[in-house]
Amino acid sequence: MTAIEQDVLQTAAGWLDEGRKVALGTVVKTWGSSPRPAGSQIAVRDDGAFVGSVSGGCVEGAVIEDALNAMQDGKTRKLEFGVSDEQAWAVGLACGGRIEVFVEPLV
Amino acid sequence: MKRETLSALNEARNSGKAVVRALDLANGNETIIDPYTDKSALGLAAFEAARADQSAHVAVDGRSWFLEVYNPPLDLVIVGAVHIAQPLSQMAALAGYNVRIVDPRTAFATAERFPGIVLSHHWADEALAKQPLTPRSAIVLLTHDPKLDDPALVVALKSDCFYIGALGSKKTQAARQARMKAEGFSDEDLARIHGPVGLTIGARSPAEIAVSILAEMTLALRGTKS
Repeated sequence: MTAIEQDVLQTAAGWLDEGRKVALGTVVKTWGSSPRPAGSQIAVRDDGAFVGSVSGGCVEGAVIEDALNAMQDGKTRKLEFGVSDEQAWAVGLACGGRIEVFVEPLV
Repeated sequence: MKRETLSALNEARNSGKAVVRALDLANGNETIIDPYTDKSALGLAAFEAARADQSAHVAVDGRSWFLEVYNPPLDLVIVGAVHIAQPLSQMAALAGYNVRIVDPRTAFATAERFPGIVLSHHWADEALAKQPLTPRSAIVLLTHDPKLDDPALVVALKSDCFYIGALGSKKTQAARQARMKAEGFSDEDLARIHGPVGLTIGARSPAEIAVSILAEMTLALRGTKS
């Protein structure tokens, strides 16, 4: 049997083949206790559907929103989440860690 | 990420090759690296990242890169299409392993007992010659029949696979170690064999034993929590 965890990049390629827009979010830095290690990825489709994860579900909502924006303007962005970040408090990490997520459109 | 990059990454992974994407976070520029052939400074850093299975930041020639590691799936070889192999194969597939079961006894290794799993009816040493063990391989011996287990164990001990587990009581393990010593293996080699197999969690049913084996494999691969 092959590994059956849903593959982020294969799924992203499939969406592109269907003519959908796709953006990727990648954890590029972690501080302290964080749920997913650097390199963890999420792929987001233009209707908000997603596969993979960058946290334990704490910040995915915000990443999806920025991924949709990245598809629109074609630009990359860096997002930082953590309990020390006032603005991100609403989507902060309950574990007390901090993560940086790089969001990029697939072009 | 460019579409060509995505295709190249998927192509490499589909053919079982490790690949690394070096990403310049300042501008989104990217380059694809074969970590096992690229001998540039960036290539060597990619090799270290791939070997550790850990994406990481590096500074090379005054530029800062994020190295994204894409390793091929982990490989699990189960020798012995016995009851424990049924839950273990399913659980390991969920945990990201490509699973193959080797058992020359055709009544054991049937598609009915192992739906969707790669089955080999060769003797284990032949099966392992066809598809060798790698540093991303684990092997679990479940037959506790020396005739079936031992040829696989000899191949495993000569390989650089990250986990070797062998079912059997302490008495069975002692006899197995004596046979491997007679084959010329050192005490250091024999210390690689996890037997009795699995972490001690009081497992009783085949599924619980599978949990303890998969947990021990994970520990061998990732190490303890730092």
